Amino acid sequence: MRLSATDLACRRGGRDVFAGVSFSVASGESLTIRGRNGAGKSSLLRIVAGLVRIAGGHLSVEGGDPELTVGEQAHYLGHLDALKPSLSVEENLRFWSAFLGATAVDFNEPLRAVGLDALADLPAAYLSAGQRRRLSIARLLAVKRPLWLLDEPTSTLDAAAQLQLSAIMQTHLAGGGIILAATHSPLPLDGARELNLDGASAPTVAMEESA
Amino acid sequence: MTPLAAILIRDMRIAVRVGGGALMGVLFFLVVVTLVPFALGPDLALLKRVGPAILWLAALLASLLALDRLFAADHDDGSLDLILMGRAPLEIVVATKGLAHWLTTGLPLVIAAPLIGLFLNLDAPAAGALVLTLLVGTPALTFIGLIGAAIAVTLRRGGLLLAVLVLPLTVPVLIFGVAAANAAVVGPIPFGTPFTILCALTLASLVVGPFAAAAALRQEME
Repeated sequence: MRLSATDLACRRGGRDVFAGVSFSVASGESLTIRGRNGAGKSSLLRIVAGLVRIAGGHLSVEGGDPELTVGEQAHYLGHLDALKPSLSVEENLRFWSAFLGATAVDFNEPLRAVGLDALADLPAAYLSAGQRRRLSIARLLAVKRPLWLLDEPTSTLDAAAQLQLSAIMQTHLAGGGIILAATHSPLPLDGARELNLDGASAPTVAMEESA
Repeated sequence: MTPLAAILIRDMRIAVRVGGGALMGVLFFLVVVTLVPFALGPDLALLKRVGPAILWLAALLASLLALDRLFAADHDDGSLDLILMGRAPLEIVVATKGLAHWLTTGLPLVIAAPLIGLFLNLDAPAAGALVLTLLVGTPALTFIGLIGAAIAVTLRRGGLLLAVLVLPLTVPVLIFGVAAANAAVVGPIPFGTPFTILCALTLASLVVGPFAAAAALRQEME
């Protein structure tokens, strides 16, 4: 599977956010999107997710399911955790798994992977910010989707949870997945490529390899 | 479990838990109707004559009460993004959310109506006719309200805008709902005439509401 973007442009609220962004990521690869505040990191992820209309350019997937849009093959982990405070940890996960079309029935495994298995019956209202984040990450594990769009995935996570997350991401990449992550802090991923959105009104696109 | 069953169960579960709006609607309904005899005085003939209208008005306001949070809550916590990305068609998801909302706020109104009708001196045949009109008419109120709820999704204080937008659209439902209930009590027109039109209004709103609301939601996300 390969996700390719050519000359992507983004326009929000009548303002050009970026233009001429191109990248190509194949199975097993990850792309880190860098840039100052307002450079359009989140907007780029939302474009790929299909949540923001493409103002110019082209986005395509090769080798995925031709019946599905890019967004329907992707997991989106945004700034918000998409959790209902009155539902328990397990009910939240169970809902998203069913809605996103999971076939797996065992919710203990994803919860254990993010260290929340002991809190399965606790209402999500009582979770800390980091725990809410980890519950959102459990959603990515409960439902198999090849493309992960992560917006500041390590924010609110402590050091141990960040290590857990990088192990989860490595496993996803090893299984042929693709990760696009917008982040300020470098992700501890081997062979992660970088896309820098900084620049003038038409940003230059750097695709340097960072070890 | 299919995606739609998951949405239905989740929304109903949230509505009946702490902070959900399921009981608020029916309590509001009870309070408004209870106030009417205090305002009008104990004139039993008058109460009987205005009873169906009062119950319909109270049901209309009560069914709009919790509607403004229907999509706004999902928008504020990021759930709406994932719902828009889902493989289930948005129109059907919106209709499912409408159904969950009606089951938790509209249906209790229908069930409580004959009991509350006692305050307004409604006898058994009148109460029966009223329940039938509410059962058919309240889904129309919810599904027309979906449109307003979707338009007000990104606005703070969206509830006020919702009422201003939705109440004028509910006028036909109100007219034929009350007309059918009154026809059963006093005549002279047969019950079936306004009731059939009420059924038609509900069927139309079941189709138009989800499509218009889904279009509004897609537009809001830009």
